[in-house]
Amino acid sequence: MIGGLFIYNHKGEVLISRVYRDDIGYVLLQQTCGKSSRFLGNSCYLGVNMRNAVDAFRVNVIHARQQVRSPVTNIARTSFFHVKRSNIWLAAVTKQNVNAAMVFEFLYKMCDVMTAYFGKISEENIKNNFVLIYELLDEILDFGYPQNSETGALKTFITQQGIKGQHQTKEEQSQITSQVTGQIGWRREGIKYRRNELFLDVLESVNLLMSPQGQVLSAHVSGRVVMKSYLSGMPECKFGMNDKIVIDKQGKGGASDDAGKSGKQSIAIDDCTFHQCVRLSKFDSERSISFIPPDGEYELMRYRTTKDIILPFRVIPLVREVGRTKLEVKVVIKSNFKPSLLAQKIEVRIPTPLNTSGVQVICMKGKAKYKASENAIVWKIKRMAGMKESQISAEIELLPTNDKKKWARPPISMNFEVPFAPSGLKVRYLKVFESKLNYSDHDVIKWVRYIGRSGIYETRC
Amino acid sequence: MPAVSKGDGMRGLAVFISDIRNCKSKEAEIKRINKELANIRSKFKGDKALDGYSKKKYVCKLLFIFLLGHDIDFGHMEAVNLLSSNKYTEKQIGYLFISVLVNSNSELIRLINNAIKNDLSSRNPTFMCLALHCIANVGSREMAEAFASEIPRILVAGDTMDSVKQSAALCLLRLYKTSPDLVLMGEWTSRVVHLLNDQHMGVVTAAISLITCLSQKNPDEFKTCVSLAVSRLSRIVSSASTDLQDYTYYFVPAPWLSCKLLRLLQCYPPPEDGAVKGRLVECLETILNKAQEPPKSKKVQHSNAKNAILFEAISLIIHYDSEPNLLVRACNQLGQFLQHRETNLRYLALESMCTLASSEFSHEAVKTHIETVINALKTERDVSVRQRAADLLYAMCDRSNAKQIVAEMLSYLETADYSIREEMVLKVAILAEKYAVDYSWYVDTILNLIRIAGDYVSEEVWYRVIQIVINRDDVQGYAAKTVFEALQAPACHENMVKVGGYILGEFGNLIAGDPRSSPLVQFNLLHSKFHLCSVPTRALLLSAYIKFINLFPETKATIQEVLRCDSQIRNSDVELQQRAVEYLKLSSIASTDVLATVLEEMPPFPERESSILAKLKKKKGPGAVSVTELEDSKRESGELNGAGERGPDPSVMAASNASTPSPSADLLGIRSAAPVSNAPASAGSLLVDVFSEAGPAASSGAVNDDGFLRFVCKNNGVLFENQLLQIGIKSEYRQNLGRMYLFYGNKTSVQFASFTTTVSCPGELQSHLNVQSKPVEPLVEGGAQIQQVLNIECLTDFSDAPLLNIKFRYGGALQNLTLKLPVTINKFFQPTEMASQDFFQRWKQLSQPQQEAQKIFKANHSMDTEVIKAKLLGLGMALLDNVDPNPENYVCAGVIQTKSQQVGCLLRLEPNAQAQMYRLTLRCSKDSVSKRLCELLAQQF
Repeated sequence: MIGGLFIYNHKGEVLISRVYRDDIGYVLLQQTCGKSSRFLGNSCYLGVNMRNAVDAFRVNVIHARQQVRSPVTNIARTSFFHVKRSNIWLAAVTKQNVNAAMVFEFLYKMCDVMTAYFGKISEENIKNNFVLIYELLDEILDFGYPQNSETGALKTFITQQGIKGQHQTKEEQSQITSQVTGQIGWRREGIKYRRNELFLDVLESVNLLMSPQGQVLSAHVSGRVVMKSYLSGMPECKFGMNDKIVIDKQGKGGASDDAGKSGKQSIAIDDCTFHQCVRLSKFDSERSISFIPPDGEYELMRYRTTKDIILPFRVIPLVREVGRTKLEVKVVIKSNFKPSLLAQKIEVRIPTPLNTSGVQVICMKGKAKYKASENAIVWKIKRMAGMKESQISAEIELLPTNDKKKWARPPISMNFEVPFAPSGLKVRYLKVFESKLNYSDHDVIKWVRYIGRSGIYETRC
Repeated sequence: MPAVSKGDGMRGLAVFISDIRNCKSKEAEIKRINKELANIRSKFKGDKALDGYSKKKYVCKLLFIFLLGHDIDFGHMEAVNLLSSNKYTEKQIGYLFISVLVNSNSELIRLINNAIKNDLSSRNPTFMCLALHCIANVGSREMAEAFASEIPRILVAGDTMDSVKQSAALCLLRLYKTSPDLVLMGEWTSRVVHLLNDQHMGVVTAAISLITCLSQKNPDEFKTCVSLAVSRLSRIVSSASTDLQDYTYYFVPAPWLSCKLLRLLQCYPPPEDGAVKGRLVECLETILNKAQEPPKSKKVQHSNAKNAILFEAISLIIHYDSEPNLLVRACNQLGQFLQHRETNLRYLALESMCTLASSEFSHEAVKTHIETVINALKTERDVSVRQRAADLLYAMCDRSNAKQIVAEMLSYLETADYSIREEMVLKVAILAEKYAVDYSWYVDTILNLIRIAGDYVSEEVWYRVIQIVINRDDVQGYAAKTVFEALQAPACHENMVKVGGYILGEFGNLIAGDPRSSPLVQFNLLHSKFHLCSVPTRALLLSAYIKFINLFPETKATIQEVLRCDSQIRNSDVELQQRAVEYLKLSSIASTDVLATVLEEMPPFPERESSILAKLKKKKGPGAVSVTELEDSKRESGELNGAGERGPDPSVMAASNASTPSPSADLLGIRSAAPVSNAPASAGSLLVDVFSEAGPAASSGAVNDDGFLRFVCKNNGVLFENQLLQIGIKSEYRQNLGRMYLFYGNKTSVQFASFTTTVSCPGELQSHLNVQSKPVEPLVEGGAQIQQVLNIECLTDFSDAPLLNIKFRYGGALQNLTLKLPVTINKFFQPTEMASQDFFQRWKQLSQPQQEAQKIFKANHSMDTEVIKAKLLGLGMALLDNVDPNPENYVCAGVIQTKSQQVGCLLRLEPNAQAQMYRLTLRCSKDSVSKRLCELLAQQF
């Protein structure tokens, strides 16, 4: 379980430190104080312990000579799990053999909670809200065990108002208690909206590694279904998509044959995770996704697919070395989706050798620039329709160096945004039932949106 | 070095550096650096010519980026270009870049060396200095190769500026340290030494560092520096504080130079020339006098400089160790420092006094400070100072104050720091042993030691107690009583249980008369500790129990009961189980007589170097002065355990041999005797020693007949081996000459002293064989091997063998060993190939009866064809195939080469497999040879 949680700024100064267990830092202390601390034994007081764990992370990770790339660092048999948000480091510390995925899940959740409370996670925001953060930490972690981290629920009893504003009636207090401790902790009762509305976003990021010859070396899509619900009462929702297993089952039952009609119908989901509101028992037995939604924005599910991915762009690189001091690069990108759709925010990043002394670029579309600070040529295109093609050519001048090291040729990477789901996922239905209040499925206004973004989308050259 | 003037500052560089400093994150910093690198690359692109200023600026930026930890792989060429600039700042930056970033890149090195050469030969002193600094900073082998010959010239040239001379001296020192083989002083030596006379103090200071380093390597060449150094020193010491102007530091004239001079003098023995010596003594006295003067300044720098000279002078006095007057004065001076409020001074004073204590002249003087030192041990705040105080107490200890010091150390031990406890324990143990006048005191002290700091009492310490108690009849009773009392404490340390178990097992009978310590009470007391102990201790206790059965037959039933219980006889530990089973059987089967013999009191231990001392030495490393000094006085302790030695009883040894040779502490085979307990061969070596000391009388004859015969057919192998010594042989022969390598291996872990070997040719062999040997080293370290080469020349044929006599002293006893060296006539064989016809023709020629020798004998070894063939080949003759009509038979031919003649030999060996017999026939042109060969060979098959 998590022994402690620290938040550092980029200088390695501790902004927030919360220790849940005494064991952390003990070994670290031994390491630093040497042999004699053996005799101090448990009399080492907590302050010393904590200091050491804090310092160990600062020295070994934040200020490490070599950049630390692993999110998990082991120092003196103590594990540090960290995530970085802009210039802020969040580190969870433990001496036990914990489930690392759980710790990271918690850290991400923690980031979400903080963002929901005070916006961007920055040094200044953290300093301004440190009382609130400690309050939150007390609530969402108990003796190192993660507790309720649902923002909506937290906001009912951890508020930023003054004492006066916070003055709640006994009734309200008991209501919060029953909600937080009750079966449906994520939604309180008695919510009422004039307009019952529902927004559904399918957000996907597509990852690719392609060989120079156009062979796919690895590709996968990781997607999220994010919902924003403004529904009254305690509605029961049911979400349907073109999951292969469900479609096949229906097909077998002979209930409908529209599966066969409309081309590529179903997708194979490799794995998925759900928000806690989803009834997993129902998913296991019927593979139907039914739930009572929290109020406001939340992530309904996360999934990953690896088969039959629609790759929105194809990158064709051509690199030619002309002598020791010159390099010619030509890159063609082809969009590979319906001509009616428009891809946006396209950015191609062509790495340049470390001894580049000058670059000339010619491109037909968009803007291209050599960015010396990033050692890359960055080519930006605002919009591009499907089934189009565009190209860039660059001449790179090199400075002769004395070491014979060959350039490693890092891959060309790409960023973009397309208005469809590269995995092929389609929302088939989202039904809302509310038996107690008098609105039906038809009265709810529903919005569905698909956004496909690039993850790590690289082509070797 | 002229400071970079403001107008010369590089604005771009300053902006870049402040940009980097302002970066919020590492990523931002990397971005900024990448941008700058790209900018510099575009500037360095071949087509544009850069002016010196921008070149310098960009090279500076590169240097800065490199120092931030990024790789730089270009710009070297521009930096080299800067070297040829005429502006100081540009040249300086160029050299800076080169000395920080250069690697052994061949093409560039040549360019750089060229530039340096140019600068060295220029008349501009600042450029020369820059070049010299660069050479010294890089200090690579390539640099040394290129410039090692040039720098001495610059150093001693008359027209070189003083500042250049300083740099040259230090540069040469650096090159000498990296590649001493390339810096050859030779012709320059005397002129370098005369730099000590230089007018310029800076030159002298720089030169003296060089001379000190050089004279440490070859003191003889630089001997002349002593008198020069003394005169220079006396000039400095006698000068008024203002005479030296720049070189006066807080009213102290040239402190660094003085220290270096004193340090240089420490490389040499006291000067023989009376005048020089007188002058030096005068200097030292002046220094000591000055220490008494009131300080001229209250600044700490003043006293630091003064004390630095003083301490260096004191260590010179200690180094000479010949001026009692000075030694005592130094000691008194240090005594004052012992109470100084400056911790560092106290530390240094204690440290220096440690070495002073070992000098016979000042030992008494040091002793007067005992109270202060004891006080220091108790009250010092700093652990390192306390450690020094403990060292000094140890060093100043002698018979007169041993009791006091040991008592103080013991009382301090209770509160001592954990880091020095083990060492303290060892020291107390050694002092107690060394200066013990009365053994009850010794036993008390050690038992106290175990009680106070049991965890830190190493094996060696308690082994030693037992050795001493066993060797001394008069303390045994007292020891038994004390141990018994000590064991009554509710919680006692395991080491105490070990000592108790051993001593009660041996001498429990001495206190059994008292009803309070009757046998059963003793046993119950020991057994109450049994379950709390580790396996080795339990094993020891089991042995003690079986000894109890012998000592007190009335306890037999109780002990057998204990041994029989499941926890012993079915113990999961093999050692314990075996002991329990064996002792149980032994006690039930053997008669009292047998039991009494088997379990008799242990024989006394042979006298040897104290194992504790060896351990302390190991811990301290070779540098410890006070310890080596102790060794000399070791003889004093001879009386402690040398006396009262009895002849070892063979039956006891037999019994002890029969016991399981366990690596754990064993009552019967206590291995404390081995000084270095981790030497693998030493385990259980004690028993071996007992044998070998009884042995020498028997082994004085030539004992290796068997070994000798083994070497008839082979040249290499082990000639002799016993528990102490192994002798290996490697030999080669050509014509009538031979060379034999003897390898003497010391199998023990103790040194052999006065090791000598002699090779003799008895009787008439002297005229037949000529053996020459080189003498060997008289000392053979434990575990070491030494080699001896014998050159052998065969003058004429011979039948005897030369004798090798080995004498050495092992643990005080003289060992004498005589061996036959395996030099036999057949070693000088030259094989002769011949056809069947030739063979029989010669065979017939040698048909005179005295030329033939024949023997029929039974086979001693298996009659395997390959083995026989190998043996015949090893004999040195040629084995002839297809000669004898009977293929079973072996036929050989060879010529023995001696200086005076050649002897042809033919051999025929007819095996009879059924009867397991051989018939061996030899025909030689000389009858004595046939006979001798026949004798030798008959025992080989």
